[in-house]
Amino acid sequence: MNAAAQTRAPVKQSRFMRRALPYLLSLPALLMCIGILIPFFTAVYYSLLRYRMNLPQMKGFIWFDNYINFFTDPKFWNTVYISLTYAALTVGLELLIGLGIALLLQRPSRFNNIASILLLLPLMTAPALAALMWKLMTHPDFGILSYLLTLIGITNFKWASDPATALFTVLLVDIWVYTPFIMILLLAGLRSLPKAPFEAAALDGVPRSFVFFRITLPMLMPYIITATLFRLLDSIQQFDIIYAMTQGGPGDKLLVFQVQAYLDFFQATNVGRSAALMIILWAITYALSNVFIKQWLKLRERAHGAG
Amino acid sequence: MDHTSTLEKIIRAALITLVLVFFLFPIFWILLMSFQTNETILRIPPSLNFTPIIDNYTALITGELRTAAGSLQLNFMQNMWNSVLLSTASVALSLLLGVPAAYAFARFKFRLGEDIAFTLLSFRFAPALLVLLPLSLYFKSLGLTNTYVGLIWVYQLICLPLILWIVRGYFEDISPDIEHAYRISGNSWWRTFLKVSLPLARPGIAAAGLLAFIFAWNNFVFALILASADKQPVTVGALAFVTASGIQYGQIAAAIIISITPTLALALYAQRYLVEGLSMGAVKG
Repeated sequence: MNAAAQTRAPVKQSRFMRRALPYLLSLPALLMCIGILIPFFTAVYYSLLRYRMNLPQMKGFIWFDNYINFFTDPKFWNTVYISLTYAALTVGLELLIGLGIALLLQRPSRFNNIASILLLLPLMTAPALAALMWKLMTHPDFGILSYLLTLIGITNFKWASDPATALFTVLLVDIWVYTPFIMILLLAGLRSLPKAPFEAAALDGVPRSFVFFRITLPMLMPYIITATLFRLLDSIQQFDIIYAMTQGGPGDKLLVFQVQAYLDFFQATNVGRSAALMIILWAITYALSNVFIKQWLKLRERAHGAG
Repeated sequence: MDHTSTLEKIIRAALITLVLVFFLFPIFWILLMSFQTNETILRIPPSLNFTPIIDNYTALITGELRTAAGSLQLNFMQNMWNSVLLSTASVALSLLLGVPAAYAFARFKFRLGEDIAFTLLSFRFAPALLVLLPLSLYFKSLGLTNTYVGLIWVYQLICLPLILWIVRGYFEDISPDIEHAYRISGNSWWRTFLKVSLPLARPGIAAAGLLAFIFAWNNFVFALILASADKQPVTVGALAFVTASGIQYGQIAAAIIISITPTLALALYAQRYLVEGLSMGAVKG
């Protein structure tokens, strides 16, 4: 990065100090996190155990049996299915809506700027509390949304307590909280695009759909990919909204990875299964985050190069 | 863009209004609920015609809740204090540890430097429960369960990666020549860091600190697993409150409003930093 900073030190400083300095500066932060690395390895170890807290005498090393059992476990495949559905639907919908809003607010006017700031508020609301807010609004007795539905003739809509609409309800909360995140990133992206191609297209009278699909979208793509990967990483791990709304219910309708692992650990006290589940989720997020970090660094380099 | 037709303007305005209604209505509605008695909340059809009361808020502040089953002691203000303490202390500690480390990663190329930086960033993306579940067993044997120290330590998982990566970007933007000029005139490395580098990176530090505070405040799962009622922040406290108070909807709404006001106010007050921080320096240019 800055080799020059190292090679000619203007003030005399012992060689040892010069070499040790970066380590000394980053060591405290690292030490703080090492305490967190230990539980990670413990989780790997637990995932290889038969370990139920209610049956301590059964505890023993069983290698990969926890993982192998998953293959024939319909509960596990339900978890995978629900988690992937949840992640795909939230990120897909948030991307579409977020892009739409960003395009609406693209022109920097006073009104648009105020609107984009106000749209940050849901993002700043704790997801667990957002779920409670929506729980109050979808309450069967007095919820304003339930009432509004009766106005258009839909009565007895049970929102999160009906297996058929539970996913829809938590999706709504997730969209409410996180769409502004995508909107903010894409708005920043849109406003940083070079003006020249658009002016040339306008001068030539190119149709606007053509401009959007052939100029705007390709140029915005790095931002879209970054936002998507970032949200995907968070969404596949969603816990707060679902736990606060239904604790994974009704039935097994919303048992995503982390909620299932939580229940395995604290209700079924099956530590081994819970740990194995988390390791699988970790493997998914690790693969995703590697792609994400590479993409993000590329975008960063571009922004720095241009700016 | 002067050739936009009137029809298009109207459609745009309508769409923006729709968007604003969807995203702002829930906050507005819960705010209204928090000033109502249960009787006016339960009316059908819902109506905006009510005399606002502040009883819900006074009940929360005094901790004396009247429910159908009688009077109930519920110390929501303790949750509020826990949130303030946990978020503030965690961010302070994170800044203390993270800013020098961010500087090291930005300025020096050193063995393992990039590996350490990646490891720290990857914490941001690891599933929280992967670490929390084993940690809850360790905390029990270490006596850290339900202590502020234990929670503040775990909150570093949220704050530290954020501060490290945002602040690092800002340090990288500062030209090393400025630091050199200052050092050539006889100042020590430490003095240069304090007098030149830190002030120049201040917007980044502010953005990172602000964002870390909001994320720490909004965190739910850490305290759900590692703390009991007396140390829990508002996010967990509010959920317990719903279970305990049953059908006191006005008070639930008031508790939600009290809990979200600090982060919303901070966001509005410092929105410029917030937007910069959210894009994590990725879209600076």
